Amino acid sequence: MATTQAQAQQQKVANSNPRTMRAYGVFFAGWLVPGAGHFMERRWIRGVLVLAAVLTLFVCGLEMGGKIYSPNAGDVLDILGFFGDLGAAGLYLLARVAGWGAQPVQIVVADYGTKFLVVAGLLNFIAAVDAHDIALGKKR
Amino acid sequence: MIVSHFTAVLIFAACVSVVFGITQRSETRAMVKYGLYCFALFVVGTIAASWAMALIKR
Repeated sequence: MATTQAQAQQQKVANSNPRTMRAYGVFFAGWLVPGAGHFMERRWIRGVLVLAAVLTLFVCGLEMGGKIYSPNAGDVLDILGFFGDLGAAGLYLLARVAGWGAQPVQIVVADYGTKFLVVAGLLNFIAAVDAHDIALGKKR
Repeated sequence: MIVSHFTAVLIFAACVSVVFGITQRSETRAMVKYGLYCFALFVVGTIAASWAMALIKR
């Protein structure tokens, strides 16, 4: 019991550590803008590569006629698709505001485009976690 | 934009491999090697699966 309280206290101290708080900021920036987390950690080449990869997948997905999922409580795959799209939060919000990817999927290539959009979000999420690890010193 | 299936695979494999390489390895050299490994697996795996499906269809 005492050990659990001590661990909870340690966790509380760690969470209020400035380095930890900055790491959350790095994660949030990377989540909003692809590559921004790496830029904040001065990993310029990695940031540019992440930005290029995520942006290429996202733009190709839209150009192929892919669908942007909206928040929904219907089919499980639609819900997962929404969370996948949300991985690239800035691009997702931009697409929603501009009305991109709102047309129904009618051809096979458009279905590929939908997968491109989801994977772009998932990759951006992985990259944001990577930037968070760099900020914490877990990775170089 | 209408692309062939193989072009779509190449675009997908290239982008995913870049991010996998960056996020899954720490050293620059290891990142490049892992990225190329992932790219090769994506492309070769897709070609192998395509041939398997074509043979099953026959």
